[in-house]
Amino acid sequence: MSPGPVYPSSEPARWKYLDRIRTRSGPFTIPEIFNGETSAEAQEKMKVLVIGAGGLGCELLKNLALSGFKNIDVIDMDTIDISNLNRQFLFRQSDVGKFKAEVAAAFVEKRVKGVKITPHNSKIQDFDEDFYMQFQIVVCGLDSIEARRWINATLVNMVDETVEDSYKPLIDGGTEGFKGQARVILPTITSCLECQLDMHAPRAAVPLCTLASIPRQPEHCIEWAHVIAWDKEKPFPQLDKDDPEHITWLYQKALLRAREFNIVGVTYSLTQGVVKNIIPAIAATNSVIAAACCNEALKIATNCAPYLGYPENNYMMYSGNDSIYTYTFKHEKKDDCPVCGVSVRELTVDPKWTLQELVDSFAARPEAQLKKPSVRAEGKTLYMQSPPSLEEQTRPNLEKTLAEGLGLVDGQEIGVTDPAFATVSFKFKLKFT
Amino acid sequence: MTEIVMSQTPPILHGPSEKERKYDRQLRLWAASGQAALESANILLVNSGSGTVGVETLKNLVLPGIGRFVIYDEAKVGEADLGVNFFLVEGSLGKPRSQSLTGHLLELNPEVQGGWYPNENIKTLESLLADSPVFTTIMYTHPITPENISLLESYGQQHQTPLVAIHSAGFYSYFRINLPGAFPIVDTHPDETATTDLRLLTPWPELVAFTEELTKNIDDLSDFEHGHLPYVVILLHYLEKWKAEHGGSYPSTYKEKTEFRRIVQNAARTKNTEGGEENFEEAAAAVLKTLVVPSLPSGLKEIFEYEHTHLAEQNSGFWVIADAVKAFYEEHKCLPLPGKVPDMKAQSKVYIQLQNIYKAKARKDAAEILETVQATPGGQNIDPAEVDLFCKNAAFVKLINATTGTISREDCLKKVAGEFHNTPSLSMVVNTRNPSLFWPLQTSIGRVKEELSDKSAIFATPRNTAQEFANDENAEMTLQPLSLLPIYLAMQATAHVEDWPSKEEILARVVKMVPGADENERVRQAVEEVTRAEGGELHNVAALTGGMVAQETIKIITKQYIPIDNTCVFDGINSRCQVLRL
Repeated sequence: MSPGPVYPSSEPARWKYLDRIRTRSGPFTIPEIFNGETSAEAQEKMKVLVIGAGGLGCELLKNLALSGFKNIDVIDMDTIDISNLNRQFLFRQSDVGKFKAEVAAAFVEKRVKGVKITPHNSKIQDFDEDFYMQFQIVVCGLDSIEARRWINATLVNMVDETVEDSYKPLIDGGTEGFKGQARVILPTITSCLECQLDMHAPRAAVPLCTLASIPRQPEHCIEWAHVIAWDKEKPFPQLDKDDPEHITWLYQKALLRAREFNIVGVTYSLTQGVVKNIIPAIAATNSVIAAACCNEALKIATNCAPYLGYPENNYMMYSGNDSIYTYTFKHEKKDDCPVCGVSVRELTVDPKWTLQELVDSFAARPEAQLKKPSVRAEGKTLYMQSPPSLEEQTRPNLEKTLAEGLGLVDGQEIGVTDPAFATVSFKFKLKFT
Repeated sequence: MTEIVMSQTPPILHGPSEKERKYDRQLRLWAASGQAALESANILLVNSGSGTVGVETLKNLVLPGIGRFVIYDEAKVGEADLGVNFFLVEGSLGKPRSQSLTGHLLELNPEVQGGWYPNENIKTLESLLADSPVFTTIMYTHPITPENISLLESYGQQHQTPLVAIHSAGFYSYFRINLPGAFPIVDTHPDETATTDLRLLTPWPELVAFTEELTKNIDDLSDFEHGHLPYVVILLHYLEKWKAEHGGSYPSTYKEKTEFRRIVQNAARTKNTEGGEENFEEAAAAVLKTLVVPSLPSGLKEIFEYEHTHLAEQNSGFWVIADAVKAFYEEHKCLPLPGKVPDMKAQSKVYIQLQNIYKAKARKDAAEILETVQATPGGQNIDPAEVDLFCKNAAFVKLINATTGTISREDCLKKVAGEFHNTPSLSMVVNTRNPSLFWPLQTSIGRVKEELSDKSAIFATPRNTAQEFANDENAEMTLQPLSLLPIYLAMQATAHVEDWPSKEEILARVVKMVPGADENERVRQAVEEVTRAEGGELHNVAALTGGMVAQETIKIITKQYIPIDNTCVFDGINSRCQVLRL
């Protein structure tokens, strides 16, 4: 069998190479879902949303524009910082301080003729379901787990089984140093980001008593300055982690503390890294991961080849530290996923815990990671973080123990909400130890 | 009092410079030393075909700040270039492609220099090579004439310049790194958790004395003191007791170790206010990991056994130090101590004392090695810091491309051809990586690794060609992913073509490389997919490949992390890569 005819797109001379792939089938194309006569036209009509205009976002906009997408929106609330310039290649020194989404969109629009890119200098939480409903594909290049979980929950919630257009494939990329991952979520059909949450376990926090009385590492001294000394001395009204003066203050404090305990290794750079939780990032890795995401978008939009999520694998891990290693696999959907699952997740707890202990434990649990949880049980409010009046009203419950104090029983269902995920109620079934 | 006042004097502050701020996120990966290496790099790209993958690679090298690049590209910009290459604009049409690309790449980083050829003065690749300052890395993209390849290869040999061949078309790509000789890396950046080396089975006198001092009245210690004994001290103390009760031998079998772990667990106090002791939990958790008789890591073994007879190798500091470390190992039956102590529950003062004991021993070991180094001819000029780094990282030092020169590229494929259906023998030559190191990632992904470790370990080892087809026949049973060798073969068959050949012609060329390959269904499919692209690039596959090549180039230039050995094939249909030694 020879490759079929190329169906010329709107500008056949310009899109010559792309048209060969997107308008004719190859040996792995699934014939039932592929139509070369219409694939390019259909793709050009699609609206794609890019979330994040940083390291991955810049790459994504370039790649999508040169992969035949014509209608792209991009959301980012951040402004350009000098430390972005080593990889966010749409920005120049003179752009420092401007909105990322705006500068990135304008640059790619100017460079690639015929593509329309609409920037939104806002938070993703500022938009409602109607806004997200207009897109056919959502691609994320975010550094925050919380924002990922929010968009994931939103897209899963938007699914209406009777409306085909309500299924929005979510393509997500992430990097750290020479490593990264690209994954595709078909909401309610394949494993969602919440199902995969335990793959991004939070870093174990250093106990407060270590910081307060027995520091051993330079990081302990920095955290002490950050958590304890700053609160005590309040050198500036509000800590701004991007203000060199503030970081310098923390650095000096940390250095003095380190000297007191004969600890070596506190530097300005480490101080900044610990306080801002800086993840190393380079252009090369962003290039790999963003392109892997765009590759899936192209395949999903045109059906010119099988994509992640269909029929089998949905997750690609990439590691470049030691040779190059990719691991592409199927992450299984979880029945008890609080976002897309159907059953209730079990939560192992000690009946002698106070409600405070339970509330605190949600932040550290890899499968929950909720920082400001409010808890209810069978219609009864146990603890609410807000509004303040309700918080005050429910605060006394925090002291009570689960079984004796609050009368909770083994096997009881509780509902947990968190302001970071307004639309989701996480359901758990208590399992007493 | 005086001391406190003194220490209140504000320290001299060196806020980061403008450059440090710009490069902050990458300096955290390769430090100032890696950055300096990048800044002295002079890179040549010989560009051709649809022309994107090499440029995407350069973009990822210009951004982090290489010193200089040069593009040699004979093409003029055409309409199709604008649909695949981001660094060309309408105004570039009809102009030399190298000129427009260079201009747009230079906009990315004012600190980088760039040049483009052919121009009025230098019209051929040959004269460019003859007239330029030495290139430290050369990249070329396919299709390219065999004449130009041999030109570049002989340049590479003459100047010890690594070459990278890159080929991207449609959903497929591969690149192959041709290093001028064996390539050792000291600063491999192993996973932190893998580097713990506490020597609990071979404690030295200072460590023994420290332990005895802390534990001589262990039962009389206050709850606070007992609950803050560092786990290293706890284990050493109970190991001594174990030895006394077991005729002087350490727990060695799994059964003995779990028994020992139980002893440690039971030694924790439970009637204190916390109802248990974290430091004893840490100690118990460390038993299986730390009570291991050290063996020579395979990477270092390869280095000890490697015959470095090449002139350049004999003059290199690396091999002088490696020989000294080998002598140390032969004498002491252990490697120099790295000297790092992981964080553990302990009082500040006690932990720092313990840390200093390890540091002092590490310094002593390094000093002994430095002495050997300096007694070696040519060793006097070696920087002691280089010796220190080697000692700290000895267990993870790695040699790449060790068997170069024994087999040519064509011969390698011929050998594959000869062994196509036979039991693989080449697989034995392939470097066998330690499976526990193959996915050195943070905890998040560690979990998946655990779940999948059996499966993953199999295909984590780079395999050789002879094995590839044989393996695929059992793939369903072994759950191994299928080989990407068919993709390499199908692309290799179009490595030089300007006029696009028919599918049958491509398959015939594959068969010429590997007789019988046409019987393999996956080879036929790969050929068909290659035919579909007709040599044209997809921008995003070029960008992805450019990212991988840039990572590898950075590793080679900085001599940090571990580069591939030696070919990486990417399959954009299944979203995965495979590294093959070809």
